Amino acid sequence: MLLAVAPFGLITGVAMVASGIPPAMAVLMSVTVFAGASMIASAQLLASGTPLVMVLLATAFINLRFMMYSATLRPHFAHAPLRWRLLVGYLVADNVVGLSAGRFADHPADPAKLEFFLGVGALIWIVWQLGVAAGAGIGAGLPASWRLEFAAPLAFIAMSVPLIRDRAMLAAALASGVTVVAAHGLPLRLSIPLAALTGMAVGILFSRKT
Amino acid sequence: MTLWAALIGMTVVTFALRASFLLLPPQVETPPLLRRALRYVPPAVLTAIWAPELVFHGHDFQFSLENERLLAGVVAIAVAWRTRLTFATIISGLVALHLFAWLI
Repeated sequence: MLLAVAPFGLITGVAMVASGIPPAMAVLMSVTVFAGASMIASAQLLASGTPLVMVLLATAFINLRFMMYSATLRPHFAHAPLRWRLLVGYLVADNVVGLSAGRFADHPADPAKLEFFLGVGALIWIVWQLGVAAGAGIGAGLPASWRLEFAAPLAFIAMSVPLIRDRAMLAAALASGVTVVAAHGLPLRLSIPLAALTGMAVGILFSRKT
Repeated sequence: MTLWAALIGMTVVTFALRASFLLLPPQVETPPLLRRALRYVPPAVLTAIWAPELVFHGHDFQFSLENERLLAGVVAIAVAWRTRLTFATIISGLVALHLFAWLI
């Protein structure tokens, strides 16, 4: 899992710069936002002239999964001091939570869960930031004829397709894909939140049946 | 200016979502329906972002074998499905994009 962090950071840096974000801004955003998928999508949306409110709404939808992670982590850290819970919150990311949740499932009574999470989080954070900085630096020098902006949708394919492990997940993804294409004509990129809600609803319906 | 506003807004929104449940007092319960709904957020949202990029060029709907982005996307989906590797998916998709653009 750690091996995927550096290349994805690199791709994020390259894709953001290819969409017109200045390299220094990409690096700064990576430190404050620390969420690759939403940064690639926002860079893409800003480049196509999407209004700020819709960019933030898209960010909220893409990063809603962090809320799910936050709920998953809560039983382990509910009694930690507030300052540590804030730091845990900042470090919530797909890889960090994936590694920690696996470890906590194997060792439920581990007294050093906080140390483990913060250690994994710090390591992934550093690798990630180096990846983004390298990508932003390289990306600025690459020719437009390479069509690297297409790395953005490809990165989302790479993230979403492996998530599909059961029929309900497949139904959610298909419903969302069909909706977003059918609703493409709506203003303000409203097609994205609409498709997300449709996909969630269909996923829940399918999970009830099976 | 918009870029700075986007940076600040995205930072606030993202941190609020991450910290949400961690900041609740220990006795508050998580509603089960919310947890079920959140499970479908990643596939639904991520698909909504890439799907239009394959079939639309601006506002033109291009669902045909002459659209190299659609064909490259299909290759990338197959690679992602088989390998589950981020980097392999992106590289194969980019190579396929240029190959199909050259063929078409």
